[in-house]
Amino acid sequence: MEQDFLKHLFQQEFSKMVAVISNRFGLQHIELAEDIVSETFLLATETWQIKGVPANPNAWLYTVARQKTLAYFRRNKIFENKVIPEINANQELQDNPHELNFSQQNIKDSQLQMLFSICNPAIASEAQIGLALRILCGFGIDEIAEAFLSNKETINKRLFRAKEKLRTSQIQLTLPAENEIAERLDNVLHIIYLLFSEGYYSRTQNEILRKELCIEALRLGVMLTEYEKTNLPKTNALIALMCFHSSRFNARKSNEGELILYEDQDEYLWDTELIGKGIYFLDLSARGEELSTYHIQAKIAYHHSIKEDTAEKWEEILQLYNQLLIISYSPAVALNRTFALYKANGAAAALKEGKKLKLENNHFYFLLLGEIYKNIDKSKSKTYFEKSHALAKTPAERQVIQRKIDKLE
Amino acid sequence: MKDFVFVFRQAGSEQSNLSAEEIVTINKKWNDWIGGIAAQGKLKNYGAHLQPAGKVLKPGGIITDGPFVEIRERLGGFIVVTADTLDEATTLAHGCPALEADGSVEIRPIFA
Repeated sequence: MEQDFLKHLFQQEFSKMVAVISNRFGLQHIELAEDIVSETFLLATETWQIKGVPANPNAWLYTVARQKTLAYFRRNKIFENKVIPEINANQELQDNPHELNFSQQNIKDSQLQMLFSICNPAIASEAQIGLALRILCGFGIDEIAEAFLSNKETINKRLFRAKEKLRTSQIQLTLPAENEIAERLDNVLHIIYLLFSEGYYSRTQNEILRKELCIEALRLGVMLTEYEKTNLPKTNALIALMCFHSSRFNARKSNEGELILYEDQDEYLWDTELIGKGIYFLDLSARGEELSTYHIQAKIAYHHSIKEDTAEKWEEILQLYNQLLIISYSPAVALNRTFALYKANGAAAALKEGKKLKLENNHFYFLLLGEIYKNIDKSKSKTYFEKSHALAKTPAERQVIQRKIDKLE
Repeated sequence: MKDFVFVFRQAGSEQSNLSAEEIVTINKKWNDWIGGIAAQGKLKNYGAHLQPAGKVLKPGGIITDGPFVEIRERLGGFIVVTADTLDEATTLAHGCPALEADGSVEIRPIFA
């Protein structure tokens, strides 16, 4: 219990403290900021084990981080020689150069700036996600390695290169200029969505870690709504989308860890509170002219939060998929669109269109064809399911497809 | 892969004569058809859907309200698709709702 409390506290405080320290001394000192925070946590663990957790643990952490930061800079004379010349334009800093400001407002501002600095197109997108997990979400290296199904060395190298890039590209810890925010926000939203997907569709079996990834992505999204300039309709649309998806988190897996397809899910396991939040943010997202792909995806996800099958529902979904494909093509969306076509316009129309997709090495393609044939030609259905089974990538997927084959007979 | 323009022409039926339901049906047909092309990853550009009325400028500064009502096949809009050959592009054009309305699709390669 105590262990959980500390882990949670440290994870939360890590991103805040690193953001504030980096904000004061520059992004090029980000590794130092990480070290100072890690040392602070170490001292906290040791001290609190003996004396117990103080009444205000956050304040304790901030005080120690302040002392450690100060000591470090004094010891290394970095402060006088390097940092002061860099920040001498800032009057407040000149007046009080050693003081770290851990006010709620400065923590929030620093975190938002950090979000924009990390989600920078100059850095490879996988590295952006890694950095976001470490710096913005306070995940440990082993957790990041597990989420990526990788190992600690690879992740460490990736993070090191990404920080190197932060330095060499001279990326500053500031918000983009007013006229650039909207464009840069697209990249930030994209990274948040990738973070979320990493959790939602991750290959790792660690359910707690996956859920945490989704929660963190949601938290970063909500953080963007607290600022007028980033609280745009598309931000709200992305949050709505993540809420609707998350609502099905507990229904997607059986107690034995088997994947449960949407149609077989018990809707009583859907999280109605998250669905409600999704509707709230979807409503906010509609207050504007813009129609982003997040809007369309969120609307589709909204329709899926109503289990009842009606022709109207599937017609709406079909039209949304048409819109989505017109904006940008992806094989997954093309397959989903064909499934909606099957539900809305019937098997004949869906087969005619489906066979044009020619996604011959995609197991979902054959799964779809098998599904459409299910009620009209069982032997063809079986042939397609078997093709899908042969191409499937994970044991969980093969299990689901096998069950479909068994059901046919 | 090459780019081709699909030019849609059909007799100018007055939009105002259509009921709201008919408009919904027509829009659905178009969206499903274009969605089908997009689902194959072959829609390059959504192009433009033209309003029925406008002006025409002729030599000598003569401006008319257009010959739209006189021609049987009014220009309705265009999209851009990608295909390997003109034949493949022409196959993609099958099922276009303009054909049901006695119109046509003109398939023209774009100069690369």
